[in-house]
Amino acid sequence: MTETIYYVLSGLLIFIIMFGIYLMSKVKYAKLGNNLSAISVFAAVILTLLKYDVVDEWIIYVFIALGAIIGIFLAYKVKMIAMPQMIALLNGLGGLASLIVGGFAYFGVGVDSLNAFSDVVAIIAVIIGTITFVGSVIAALKLHRVISQKPIKVKFYSGIISLLFLIQLVAIAISPFRIIDKIIFIIIIILVSSIFSVIFTIRIGGADMPITISLLNSLSGVAGAISGLAIGDVLLVAIGGIVGASGLILTEIMCKAMNKGLIDILLGKTSGGSVTYVENEEVVNESVKQDFKEVYKNSKSVIIVPGYGMAVAQAQQLVKALADKMKKEHKTVKYAIHPVAGRMPGHMNVLLAEVNVDYEDLYDMEMINDEFKQTDLVIVVGGNDVINPKAKTHEGTPIYGMPILDVDLAKDIFIFNYDKNPGYSGVTNSLYNKNNVQLFLGDAKETLQKFIDDVK
Amino acid sequence: METIQYILIAIFIVSAIFGYFLISNVPSLLHTPLMSGMNALSGITLLGALVALAVVSTNDIVKMILAGIAVLVSTINIFAGFSVTDRMLEMFGGKKDD
Repeated sequence: MTETIYYVLSGLLIFIIMFGIYLMSKVKYAKLGNNLSAISVFAAVILTLLKYDVVDEWIIYVFIALGAIIGIFLAYKVKMIAMPQMIALLNGLGGLASLIVGGFAYFGVGVDSLNAFSDVVAIIAVIIGTITFVGSVIAALKLHRVISQKPIKVKFYSGIISLLFLIQLVAIAISPFRIIDKIIFIIIIILVSSIFSVIFTIRIGGADMPITISLLNSLSGVAGAISGLAIGDVLLVAIGGIVGASGLILTEIMCKAMNKGLIDILLGKTSGGSVTYVENEEVVNESVKQDFKEVYKNSKSVIIVPGYGMAVAQAQQLVKALADKMKKEHKTVKYAIHPVAGRMPGHMNVLLAEVNVDYEDLYDMEMINDEFKQTDLVIVVGGNDVINPKAKTHEGTPIYGMPILDVDLAKDIFIFNYDKNPGYSGVTNSLYNKNNVQLFLGDAKETLQKFIDDVK
Repeated sequence: METIQYILIAIFIVSAIFGYFLISNVPSLLHTPLMSGMNALSGITLLGALVALAVVSTNDIVKMILAGIAVLVSTINIFAGFSVTDRMLEMFGGKKDD
């Protein structure tokens, strides 16, 4: 195959993949978009095998077949609530592959012309690949609760991180000179990058995971692209670049939704959720008021606010059952989804889609926030920080400035939370003491079931 | 630096910019499938791994295992990523047809 044909076909595949991503912006065509991308990747593999004339290397197919079986098995076994750790794990695998490809490139494997440029990018690929791999594995373990979700803080964090970062920069700079034995050099880099990644990721708490996962997603793309630079593979570079940009956008969106600056997180300036900010403020709203049935009956418009607590209690089915019941009673029912309601971007939408909630009933924060003031009843299930009005009023609290759902503007509010303790941020919820708020405390599965029975 | 390397850097920047605008249009409703789809695409490193596995000598067992791992994990990444994306999109789209 001539070079020209290869580059033309590569360009075509990149275009098809971009078109596939474009289709991902509409629910109706998203599946088609995903299929187009998948087919293009398959075509890219064949194209690469042909270009390097290695179609008959049987060993390739052994590993591909094994990978395909494991991959498909994982995809059909994973539960929707475990999606964040699945994605984190897969990000990590992408990072590992980039790390290995980058490492090989430093030894000249797959590189047409070894020069300073290919050395530098190979080492960058090793560094970013390692950070992605190690960081993703830790994030996945945290999400799976193998490691505590609480932030684990290292002393002199900023100093250590800066030092390790500096070592990495020096390593990149001296990589073309090959002062040290190549194998030892690479091993040192992998070690340093691993430690860097470990102390960075273990200090991130569970609720900050949406940012972490998005960032790792971006890094996995960048790692791929840079290993592509090292071996001069145009497809790798282009597609890695797209993935890197995508992760970056999602990171931006998540940071905005949590009111945290990315640079602050990277430098360890934010609390990482570890500060407990509990005011001397009693939550006195104890008893279940008896008129909640009346309130329910008279409410015509209802907004449901699902939080991660709902997913933890596995109460999605009951929420859906309640919503169906309300629809039958001719109430209008909408779901208000906060961007960080789950553990990764869009997670809550997937959790609700899994129990067949119509996606047209799901509204994101910006779309629905103006509607709360005309709403009769808001039903919160397992959400806390994202509805805490203190985010608007209490300067100095960790959640101050974070965009919230304006639940407090609704006429009546029912909250199905496990307890009255502050949410992840450690800030007590001023909503709990309002007169129009009815708390139903306990396991959401039980309290919701009881509620549904009560209002029959 | 050779010309091709300048071109590759340009391609990286251009595709990142293109990707940025394409992905900005995706509604938050679909962010999880988007991310898993992107995740699958990041397994494209498979292309580099394939070449490495093909060119290392079968006599050098360490290199072969390393390259094999790279092929294996990137293949897992691709297959799991696309399948799980498809599974999620099925949940969104499934009942809207009737």
